[in-house]
Amino acid sequence: MSEPIIQIQHLSKLFGGGEDAVRALEDINLDIQQGEIFGIIGLSGAGKSTLVRCMNLLERPTEGRVLVDGQSLTDLSDKELREARRKITMIFQGFNLLMQRTCLKNVCFPMEISKVPAEQARKRAMELLELVGLGDKAQAYPAQLSGGQKQRVAIARALATNPKVLLCDEATSALDPTTTISILNLLKDLNQSLGVTVVVITHQMSVIEEICSRVAILDGGSVAEMGDVQEIFSNPTTDAARRLVYPGGVTPAQFPTGGHVIRISFNGGTAYDPLIASLAIDCGVKVNILGADTRNVGGKAIGTMLLGLPENRNDAAKALNYIRAQKNITVEEVPDYHE
Amino acid sequence: MSETLIALFEGWGFTKVPEQITYLSDFGALAFSIWETIYAPALATLFAYIIGLPLGIILVIGEPGGVRPLPKPLMSFLNTVVNLLRSVPFLILMVMVFPLSRLILGTSVGTAATIVPLTVAAAPYVARLVEISLREMDRGVIEAAQAMGCSAWQIVTKVMLPECRPSLINGATNAAITILGYGAMAGAIGGGGLGSIALMRGHGRGQKIVLYAAVIILVILVQVIQSIGTAWSVKSDRRINPTQSKRRT
Repeated sequence: MSEPIIQIQHLSKLFGGGEDAVRALEDINLDIQQGEIFGIIGLSGAGKSTLVRCMNLLERPTEGRVLVDGQSLTDLSDKELREARRKITMIFQGFNLLMQRTCLKNVCFPMEISKVPAEQARKRAMELLELVGLGDKAQAYPAQLSGGQKQRVAIARALATNPKVLLCDEATSALDPTTTISILNLLKDLNQSLGVTVVVITHQMSVIEEICSRVAILDGGSVAEMGDVQEIFSNPTTDAARRLVYPGGVTPAQFPTGGHVIRISFNGGTAYDPLIASLAIDCGVKVNILGADTRNVGGKAIGTMLLGLPENRNDAAKALNYIRAQKNITVEEVPDYHE
Repeated sequence: MSETLIALFEGWGFTKVPEQITYLSDFGALAFSIWETIYAPALATLFAYIIGLPLGIILVIGEPGGVRPLPKPLMSFLNTVVNLLRSVPFLILMVMVFPLSRLILGTSVGTAATIVPLTVAAAPYVARLVEISLREMDRGVIEAAQAMGCSAWQIVTKVMLPECRPSLINGATNAAITILGYGAMAGAIGGGGLGSIALMRGHGRGQKIVLYAAVIILVILVQVIQSIGTAWSVKSDRRINPTQSKRRT
């Protein structure tokens, strides 16, 4: 594997000083690979925005190092840092466009800063606006655009300096679901066509599912879990991860049950195998679905289901054995299930 | 014509009407007074911005957490100076800066000489107005500019000032009107213009018609400045007036 594009080593960040200091991040270690779409997810206050701001040093880490493309950002002078930031651009929840400039001028802005000749900048800005599907809005002002269009302009602006990394700080959190999907698809396309590494910060599991290959779960300022998205979704091992994967909880109490209850986790078997139906047909055992939170991630079934087994011990054992024999499914008893 | 006017005003109970009508009918003298009323405050506004604009910018970007934090003692010093100058009543400030006027212009009397105290009084006011405008700036946009690798200077010149332009124009309108008012006050101690006419003739010699005429002209001047300022600000604001896209070749 090649050298990671972003390496974060023992990063900690304190806000304030003395006894009132708030530890926002605690000993974070992350490697983000060139060309991947990496997700950072956490609830409000988990420190994800601080973490992403440490990646371009908008926030200076209190301890630890941030390496981008092998270059340690914390060791750079102000001038070198400004230079380096052109390779790690950022888009925001609030778009942060210049409201008094046209879209074209907004996209030209980073090139203006890096002294690209005006005519060349204009040409490239036009190309970028075409790329994000807003070629006809070049002379419009941001106030005339919808949220999704504003974010597209922001993306075009972020790409103007040919960045290696695009940081997305809650970039879709202010958008409606349909627009969110279109923006995520755009990011995915850009990742594939331009090879730009994308780091996605979000509190929405659906965003991670949609585009990320790997994810880090941030909880209380430290990384609770990190790995392939599918792995983490199918088998969350920490509380923080479970809270995110099953936001509603998986113990619905509204279904009565006489027998004992098991929780099965789908770990990425094919989504089209009808487990419960085949259980009924093959074993003649009827189980009760008490609750389920499953989803289809790239054609694979991920999630958990809570099953009430029949009171008849034989039937229960038969069902249990049948499920245990399945691939990509883990079974766990739920002894303390209450109505 | 003038007989009718005199009869009319006398009918309303004014005294010394003929000499006042004669005075006001001298168009040249009146126009000169209006000119004096405008040019001294206008120049003072200009000079006040030359000092106050950078000062206002420093007050915003220099604070802790700003774009270019400056040493705390320097910031408290600047803030104190601004507050001190703003807390001295204009009439007293004017007398206090007489020596400065003499130093710069060689005299402390006359309309031109009022430019110095007007500037001294207006610069800190302008600094605060600029500060207020720049504080309206969306922090997120500044953060975005920083993330793009903007220097502090670029953030000020390419982000803060252009983005705050409508608000800065409103502030300038406000400043111009306030300074115009100060200018009229300067008539009390040797400045010229409508303020001086209103005080000397209107109040001093009991020429009430001249007093009202001067006040009416001042009101009209303020209205004109305000209308122009507001219209300019609205026209330049692309958030509310985005249709007028700039022509491109």
